[in-house]
Amino acid sequence: MIFEGTVHAYGRDVDTDVIIPARYLNTNDPAELAKHCMEDIDADFVTSVKPGDIIVAHENFGCGSSREHAPVAIKQSGISVVVASSFARIFYRNSINTGLPIVICPAAAMEAKSGDTLRVDLVAGTVENLTQGTKHDADPFPPFMQELIDCGGLLPYVKSRVSGGSGS
Amino acid sequence: MGSTITEKILARAAGAGEVHAGDIIEAKVDLALANDITAPLAIAEFESAGFTKVWDPARIALVPDHFAPNKDIKAAGQARKMREFARKHEIVNYFEVGRMGIEHVLLPDTGMVAPGDVVIGADSHTCTYGAVAAFSSGVGSTDFAAAMAWGHVWLRVPESIKFVYSGRPQPWVTGKDLMLHTIGLIGVDGALYQAMEFTGASIEALSMDERFTMCNMAIEAGGKSGIVGFDEKTTQYLQSRPEGSRARTVGQVFASDRDAEYARVVEVDVAAVPPTVSKPHLPSNAVAAASLGDVTIDQVIIGSCTNGRLEDLRQAASVLRGRKVHPDVRCIILPGTQQVCLDAAADGTMAALIEAGCAFSTPTCGACLGGHMGVLAEGERAVATTNRNFVGRMGHPGSEVYLASPYVAAASAVAGHVATPEEVGAGRGGSR
Repeated sequence: MIFEGTVHAYGRDVDTDVIIPARYLNTNDPAELAKHCMEDIDADFVTSVKPGDIIVAHENFGCGSSREHAPVAIKQSGISVVVASSFARIFYRNSINTGLPIVICPAAAMEAKSGDTLRVDLVAGTVENLTQGTKHDADPFPPFMQELIDCGGLLPYVKSRVSGGSGS
Repeated sequence: MGSTITEKILARAAGAGEVHAGDIIEAKVDLALANDITAPLAIAEFESAGFTKVWDPARIALVPDHFAPNKDIKAAGQARKMREFARKHEIVNYFEVGRMGIEHVLLPDTGMVAPGDVVIGADSHTCTYGAVAAFSSGVGSTDFAAAMAWGHVWLRVPESIKFVYSGRPQPWVTGKDLMLHTIGLIGVDGALYQAMEFTGASIEALSMDERFTMCNMAIEAGGKSGIVGFDEKTTQYLQSRPEGSRARTVGQVFASDRDAEYARVVEVDVAAVPPTVSKPHLPSNAVAAASLGDVTIDQVIIGSCTNGRLEDLRQAASVLRGRKVHPDVRCIILPGTQQVCLDAAADGTMAALIEAGCAFSTPTCGACLGGHMGVLAEGERAVATTNRNFVGRMGHPGSEVYLASPYVAAASAVAGHVATPEEVGAGRGGSR
């Protein structure tokens, strides 16, 4: 799977409170959540984001609250993939479980600027910055997580386990 | 090579002889919990995936604590989804408003967690239960939905960081100060994907309430879990839980081997830790409270899953008793549970706080996450005993939160700016 899009670049420690502020968590409707995505650190994000765009951030993206509304809001806003130097662990799980593509690639994350065009090849595991003319290898997923991704997320995986009689 | 307490608990839960850091396991869950924000999303996923039955209604806890008592019509609808699901699936550990408390204070206090348990919760502060020598970790709604159906969770066995605390604390220094200081030392991702094991003579000297506070904030250093080894204080705490509860009837005690492997060891000289605050907008911005100068404030929050236990309120009252909240400050108390309210009423803590001019709330997470019961306006500044001070955490993105202990928060409420108890003339000298 290949994604090509315009970069929205952020620094380190982007927390889930700024990805989707708690004041909007009185719903779990993805469209409603997406209206406020990134609002507290980037008021223009919602109006400037186009389908297929890519979020790029430095270390510890998605730290803080466990709210799955964060990857839901990002995905619904049109973002195709998030590239970061590292991800906070609950956000990492939530993204894999819900099918938001994420890529760990510190070299690409540190050099990308807002407005750059990035091409992310999930199968080849590469991140190419078409604006800067660079290409980097991403960290591969451990096999178990790749299996979850291939299953379409955690619940389809669990479904097969529980109905297979091994769930207790 | 030996094993850490975390590896031993996870080996038991995985039904394996041994597991080691880096292994991916499927662990049996002893308790899975969610709240009125995370459960509705999990319920939608559970149902749309076609599941019709939960694995064990007695091992699931649903707590409407975030936007409850309902803050608005949409929140009321979300709370209703959770209530209806609880009724349909006969989830006995659904706690209605009136019995409800802040989940991470309520669940251990009602005896739902035993040593050696694996607890997962759709709330990042689920790491709190490490204080009773359990493995506990925050997850998202989908993981919780999966656990409701499956009774298991996939986990990567974490490396552990061993924190060794030694030395006698200065006056007014609590477990909260030690934790803010620790996060300041290692950073907000200093324990990313790792277990934080709190050890040493100073940890043994901490009360259970302070151990809960420290484990609660493991997530603020990126940690997967926080844990304190089992000792006499753990036993006393567990034995004073309700008769017949899990805490009193089951549980397996594990301890780290002497030759267990750690990712690293961090030594903390407790005597050198001052009453500490974390400045906006990261919990790692830890500095001495006394070093800040005149930082004026509009609001003080005392309570939450981090510091909403009886001892926390007593500490605040010890500073506020006989004093008044500054005329320009709103001081709001968020007690952890109804039992904490009753106990605080019985021993005079509640009266001292109210007489000082504090607003005493029903238990709710409310203000901590800018939900209700104490939302900040643009440009306003708060001192809070909560756990996060991110941009917009307690309200307007142009507001600010300073994290602190109950002592420092209470002193700040009196002074009208960030202050130590010493500065306002409190003379008890600390918690021990």
